[in-house]
Amino acid sequence: MTISKSLKTTILIGLAMPMSLFILGAYNGVMQTLYRAGVLQRAATAGINYYQGLTMHGVINAIVLTTFFAVMFGHFTIVHYLQREPPRWSYIGSLVLMVTGATIDLVVMVLGKASALYTFYAPLKASAFFYIGTAMLIIGSWIAFAGWLKPWREWKREHPDEKMPIAILGTFVNFTMWFMSSIPVIYELLVLLTPWAMGTTDTVHVPLTRTLFWMFGHPLVYFWILPAYVGYYTILPKIAGGKLYSGNAARMAFLLFLVLSTPVGVHHQLSEGAISGGVKLWVSVLTFAVSIPSFMTAFTVGASLEYAGRRRGARGLLQWMKKLPWLRADNYLFGYFICGLILFIFGGLSGIVNGSYTLNQLVHNTGWVPGHFHMTVAGPSILFILGLTLYMFHEVSGKPLHMKLTITIIPYLWMIGVAMLSHGLMAGGLMGEPRRTNLGMSYTNPDSPMFNSHWVPSTTLTMVGGIVMGTAALLYFICFFRMLFSKPVAAARVSLPESEELHEEKDIPLLLTMKPWVVICLVLVATTYVPTIKNVFKYGKPVKNQYQMENPVNIIQDEK
Amino acid sequence: MDKYELRAIALSGGLLAVFFFAVLYNSYSRNLDMPTCLPFEKTFEKSEVNKIDDNLYEVYIVAHMWAFDPEEIEIPAGSTVDFYLTAKDVVHGFHINEKGVNMMAVPGTINKITTRFDSPGVYRFVCNEFCGQGHQNMMGKIIVR
Repeated sequence: MTISKSLKTTILIGLAMPMSLFILGAYNGVMQTLYRAGVLQRAATAGINYYQGLTMHGVINAIVLTTFFAVMFGHFTIVHYLQREPPRWSYIGSLVLMVTGATIDLVVMVLGKASALYTFYAPLKASAFFYIGTAMLIIGSWIAFAGWLKPWREWKREHPDEKMPIAILGTFVNFTMWFMSSIPVIYELLVLLTPWAMGTTDTVHVPLTRTLFWMFGHPLVYFWILPAYVGYYTILPKIAGGKLYSGNAARMAFLLFLVLSTPVGVHHQLSEGAISGGVKLWVSVLTFAVSIPSFMTAFTVGASLEYAGRRRGARGLLQWMKKLPWLRADNYLFGYFICGLILFIFGGLSGIVNGSYTLNQLVHNTGWVPGHFHMTVAGPSILFILGLTLYMFHEVSGKPLHMKLTITIIPYLWMIGVAMLSHGLMAGGLMGEPRRTNLGMSYTNPDSPMFNSHWVPSTTLTMVGGIVMGTAALLYFICFFRMLFSKPVAAARVSLPESEELHEEKDIPLLLTMKPWVVICLVLVATTYVPTIKNVFKYGKPVKNQYQMENPVNIIQDEK
Repeated sequence: MDKYELRAIALSGGLLAVFFFAVLYNSYSRNLDMPTCLPFEKTFEKSEVNKIDDNLYEVYIVAHMWAFDPEEIEIPAGSTVDFYLTAKDVVHGFHINEKGVNMMAVPGTINKITTRFDSPGVYRFVCNEFCGQGHQNMMGKIIVR
């Protein structure tokens, strides 16, 4: 359908702004691999310190780009499936808050006032503006969600007998989960950290802030991936030439994510002291449970693809894989989906290792962890974002896509890069290589007494992977900005490929409502976080610490 | 729901049950510990190496920007060591890769783990949580003779 000018402008800004920032995010990613491999043996390049660059890489790629995309894809999905627009105040208000928040974050990061990484662990201090900017970005995304409820209610009134479309269910599940889980981080940012950074309070309860962060930080990773899941269930079967294998399974997978995403955050804290073993074991059980909807997705999407291959004339056990529309310029989106899925097989499995109770100690905070999450967030999430940003921008702006062949090759190149990068990081991680560390200044510098020769091959492979990814990103930016600077040749419109379901299934009433699932979620959150918070207060004490990244002198005691 | 779909769910559930059994077996039957909780006391902010008897040691490690105290620990082979860990300023990490010892040093909390050093050698411990500009220089050694 056609859309109003203001929504058109909102979507175009909401896609172009984070994509422009992503240039900086991707650049800093490639640079890190050079430092880690020991090719760069210094603290800073071109005025950007390693850890400042790492902060930009994390904040821009993992919070700014992903949140903007989830909101814009949400607008697009709502308009396409419900055939009406959200109210104007909602999408404009949300965009203004998000753009302002992201700009504040960018400015303080560039000034070097927020080099505390994207997890902003206290007592390392970032500027209060950073905390406020990040909070604005998150609250902006809530407003967009609030706006979607009106078109949904209207649609429901007009179609009382129809089921909620799967894409709408996926989007609503994602934002309900996101809203619940970002309340703790907003509390941390605005109530605990901002006054502390401004000097109105001088103590900070470090394990409490960490717990509040991870209560948000793990659901965040599902927030990155669920838009891609919406695509896997509702777009991919269509563009592969098949049908969705089971609609009920798709609904159930989304609802399981709604239940299980929020209570599992403590598995990021398995090696911390202030939380008891019982809670940690319970969280490991929940983490295993949350992999079930991903296993289901692997099966359902795999079966849908097999069906597509067979419709294209495949026989035998495996020929369907060959028959899929690989590397076809008239179907460029397929590559962005399938390459992400291939990476996600390994991303998902390596994630189970991280959540496995005592096994976590083997990999905690080593290169294994970024190796794992580059096959998730830099795999299916980012490839879906890249593919759909091209697609949505093209649809909404009416501007032509040039260089179709390059656009088609990019996801494959990216996948090869990620495979090498992640293999290098994970292999290094198993040999004890720490993550988030400027290795080139010590461990991978042959002149340093701390030199560790075992980490040279793994960091070198990581660097080669990083350069391949950087090349793919560069090609992508050329294609995207060439479109951006072209003249429109068609009218603005919003449409998505829509997959049909393979067979008519009987409706399962429990899969058609979100309410009972939200209740189960809240119960699970309580069973995890009531004991966790109690533990944190029992075993931990607040401290009067506040430090800048550059200086080992306590800011708070200094002032006295 | 589709019967193949149900089988796929059952199969993934079964696989996870196997994984979980492996986790429980290794944690409880082979005595691989998680870090233990202790209530925070200021006294832990003083670094110490205490010899309890010939092959039992207590090591109190204090992590700060950008070094560990003590930086070098010498013990005889066959020693069992209780590591108590805290941080004075910001969050740090403590990782002995060869022993699978991996703990966070969080200001205002204590972390504890026990491990045994059977073979002689030099075991490095590395800070694996970002703690500022000098993070990459934060390393210590355990020399087992």
